[in-house]
Amino acid sequence: MPLTHSTAVKISIQNQDFNLQDEVNLLEQDNAVDGAVVTFTGRVRNKNAGLTVSGLYLEHYAGMTEKSLEKIIIQAQKRWQIGRVAVIHRIGQLVIGEQIVFVGVTSMHRQDAFAAAEFIMDYLKVQAPFWKKELTEQGEKWLEAKQSDSKQAQQWDS
Amino acid sequence: MTIKVVFFAALREQLDCSEISIAANEVQTVADIKTKLAHKNEHWQQVFSNGALLSAINHDMVTSDNRVKADDEVAFFPPVTGG
Repeated sequence: MPLTHSTAVKISIQNQDFNLQDEVNLLEQDNAVDGAVVTFTGRVRNKNAGLTVSGLYLEHYAGMTEKSLEKIIIQAQKRWQIGRVAVIHRIGQLVIGEQIVFVGVTSMHRQDAFAAAEFIMDYLKVQAPFWKKELTEQGEKWLEAKQSDSKQAQQWDS
Repeated sequence: MTIKVVFFAALREQLDCSEISIAANEVQTVADIKTKLAHKNEHWQQVFSNGALLSAINHDMVTSDNRVKADDEVAFFPPVTGG
């Protein structure tokens, strides 16, 4: 989906990797109004809860995933003055160090871009229907949701 | 007139089932569906006793008291762990 105007939103759920610079270029090109570009990239860690992780399998609920991300972005657009938004989330088999998720937000000023990017990431963590299965030295294991992630998202309610 | 019920991630693996169809006239709410599924057998009863399970109707997150109707797609899944 090309980003052609200042309110453009890109949502992509994909198996293949993404190129950070390409995504930043999409956020910036023909966008002289926004002076701020904030991006976040999440990657596969080599350890979790004390166990060595060799990779991840990511499952999602096709259809609901896109809808929930759209709703999160609409909320962010209501709260802050932001320009373009891009959210990419990978699914399928991933190995250590690979990129999992990308959130990019542009805005006229940095405060709105920082806040909106963090908000989108915090809500994605607790609302978007993705599930991680870890491949560890002790076998495969579905990750448990973390209380700290729920608390982090709830902070935006106050 | 049926309701399509789908399961994801650990829940799908525990049930060894990704999708099931329910007669729409037998249930009124998401909670009714859960109760009906739990009655299938002891294993399903145990799996659905997990209070942390989340549910959605037609791709929107809902609570158990939400009403369901024919042709809805109702989903049950564990708390999400993306990002």
